Amino acid sequence: MSDDILQIRDLRVSTDSGVELLHGVSLDLERGEILGLIGESGAGKSTIGLAAMGYGRGGCRITGGTVQLAGKDLASCTRREREAVRGARIAYVAQSAAAAFNPAHRLEKQIIEAPLYHGLMTEAEARAWMVELFTALGLPEPETFGRRFPHQVSGGQLQRAMVALAMACKPDVLVLDEPTTALDVTTQIEVLRLLRDTIRKYGTSALYITHDLAVIAQVADRLVVLRHGQEVETGPTQQILTAPREDYTRRLVSERQASLSAPAGAAHKTGQELLRVEEVDATYGKAPVLCGIDLSVKQGETVAIVGESGSGKSTLARVVAGLLPPSRGRVAFDGAALPPSYRKRGKDLLRRIQLIYQLPDVALNPRQTVAEAIGRPLTRFQGLTGGANRAEVLRLLDQIGLPAEMADRLPGALSGGQKQRVCIARALAAKPDLIICDEVTSALDPLVAEDILRLLRRLQDELGITYLFITHDLSVVKRLADRTVVMQKGRIVEEAETDRLFAAPEQAYTRGLLASVPQLDPGWLDSVLTAP
Amino acid sequence: MTALTSRAASVPLTGWIGMALIALNLFLFLFGPMLAPYGQEDIVGVPFDPPQPGHPLGFDQNGRDMLSRLLYGAQTSIGISLAAVCLSFAIGVPLGILAAIRGGWLDLVLSRLVDTVMSIPVLISALVVLQALGSSLPVLIVTIACLDSTRVFRLARLVAQGINVMEYAEVARLRGEGLAWMIRREILPNVLPPLVAEFGMRFCFTFLFVAGLSFLGLGVQPPFADWGGMVRDNQQGILYGLYAPLFPAAAIALVTIGVNLTVDWMLSGRTTVQGDNR
Repeated sequence: MSDDILQIRDLRVSTDSGVELLHGVSLDLERGEILGLIGESGAGKSTIGLAAMGYGRGGCRITGGTVQLAGKDLASCTRREREAVRGARIAYVAQSAAAAFNPAHRLEKQIIEAPLYHGLMTEAEARAWMVELFTALGLPEPETFGRRFPHQVSGGQLQRAMVALAMACKPDVLVLDEPTTALDVTTQIEVLRLLRDTIRKYGTSALYITHDLAVIAQVADRLVVLRHGQEVETGPTQQILTAPREDYTRRLVSERQASLSAPAGAAHKTGQELLRVEEVDATYGKAPVLCGIDLSVKQGETVAIVGESGSGKSTLARVVAGLLPPSRGRVAFDGAALPPSYRKRGKDLLRRIQLIYQLPDVALNPRQTVAEAIGRPLTRFQGLTGGANRAEVLRLLDQIGLPAEMADRLPGALSGGQKQRVCIARALAAKPDLIICDEVTSALDPLVAEDILRLLRRLQDELGITYLFITHDLSVVKRLADRTVVMQKGRIVEEAETDRLFAAPEQAYTRGLLASVPQLDPGWLDSVLTAP
Repeated sequence: MTALTSRAASVPLTGWIGMALIALNLFLFLFGPMLAPYGQEDIVGVPFDPPQPGHPLGFDQNGRDMLSRLLYGAQTSIGISLAAVCLSFAIGVPLGILAAIRGGWLDLVLSRLVDTVMSIPVLISALVVLQALGSSLPVLIVTIACLDSTRVFRLARLVAQGINVMEYAEVARLRGEGLAWMIRREILPNVLPPLVAEFGMRFCFTFLFVAGLSFLGLGVQPPFADWGGMVRDNQQGILYGLYAPLFPAAAIALVTIGVNLTVDWMLSGRTTVQGDNR
């Protein structure tokens, strides 16, 4: 009790329109402890994180409960008192460091601002402390790093600089809201380690918010599992991972290990080549993005293209879809040359290649109902109108596992997973041979993503569709793809059967990529870092 | 139904006032001349006579009944503005969306043309055209509509560009949809909220512009009543502290305030960016 630096009791937060987001959450954070908050989107993780600083996020208010920081209730004290505490004793690290720094000022000016403002240090002290933090966080040239502007450092460095910013006042508590989610896997692992070591080194307490169980397993001492604004389960990390008590936690934990049914649908695999990409180069303006890409995809096969951001994997998808004509090379589809631009492709070719996007929110027209969105390709490609169109829409909805009453809803009334299903149905409506899936599960919560992957697999078994699967998530690849292509900086690094690639990667880059995927085992981070 | 009542409950007082004023003006626009006790050209009293029984708003500079002229003027003033704004949207919106979708040289030509027109002050262009062609109602409406459509074009193009890069627009293009479908089904429904708000604003501006032109003698020609013209006709009255010019001026103010209040309310809930599914 005496050791709890932060105590949240029965916290309730409501929106201004009266919807309650948190239904009475309680948690304790001990001095020097890292407490993980985990849950899917809408679980209230970030709301708790902000409420811990006595802050109701935009349009929300704290309506009940107490938030005690070292014995002082932030929910009920005056604004002036809260402001004295924020930044000085409790600080916040946001998901996007790029959005948190002012691009017009040098890093050091922004980092030493808070201690000077709160009158905690002299400028020289603040500067010395900043350099020490830079050193602890493994930033290059810690003495002069602060002279740089935010745009002059990489994403991973900026994220670390943001931790320095948050720790500038030597706060008691850090609130970290998805601090590594926006980073590539290889960068994430490094930031994660430095973050953990720095927090440990200075004995800071931390609330670590994330949706990624494997990430939090590496850093947190204890975990709080949240769902729908309520606490599901609390316990030591090890216990939650190995012996979860609640059903929801069990599903969350097992989702990572679950493998989809063994690649079936062998009947569809004729072995015939469906798509062939030969020596393709592509550029955006003058910047080259793709360099000599060769790729072959067979009928009924799932080929995954993996790589970090900037590797050109999405660009390859756009080239195949005809949205970005290649500057050199050829693309052939079902034995015939594919016109470089979609404008030159006939109706039938447009029908046979379909695209599913990462963000279903912007892939569906907000002013068209589900039936209109799915019905339009039916009208265009199959000439179905009126009752026949409606019947086919309902059949497709049934096929993707959505109830028929969804047909007349607008996308705004659907959840993220439901929207993605509608996008899949819209692609299916064209009776395609090839579906390009561009990060289709990245924006979804783990359990929802799992369902979508199962759906895609089932559809492949039933319809024999070929998938070109673009993703950065290697656990998805492992479960779904027959073959995997690894890309780096616009080139193909390695290409192999998925099983073989995961078992015995030949290239160093692939090995590094595979090793960077966080595992549920809490000792994983240390084992990776001690390995040569 | 509950959604409707909760929506009605969320309308602020200013929104209600605005809508009431619009309703009132709409009523005058539709039925004004029928309600007028006297004809708009009938001289029934002494010039600039103050309000008296039977003539609640008094008389104008020629001794005509002010109330009757206001009621007749409602139809002319509101009618001209409404027609001009509708026409300017009919020109500006399709062209703006077309420029956004097609891009390239079409966008370049249209945009530079619009920039050129916009670089000349609207009042001066309007004066030149009206002076040259003579001020008749059709000329007045078409002139104002063409000049105004440049602003509408810019807004429609800008908003449509934002929608056009959305992935659902890309999906439609990959489906091989024609231009008509792209404009009508993919873009237009999504650019509507800002355009509706703009419609209200443009109506106000046009209304004041017509009043201004009438004041300068290039708008509606006498003896037909219109509010801007009535202010001009009665302006000498101001020097003598008479009521006469205040009534048409107040009518103009009420219309613009009403529309402005309503638009403000509509815009306040619409500040979310396009693509936000709400």
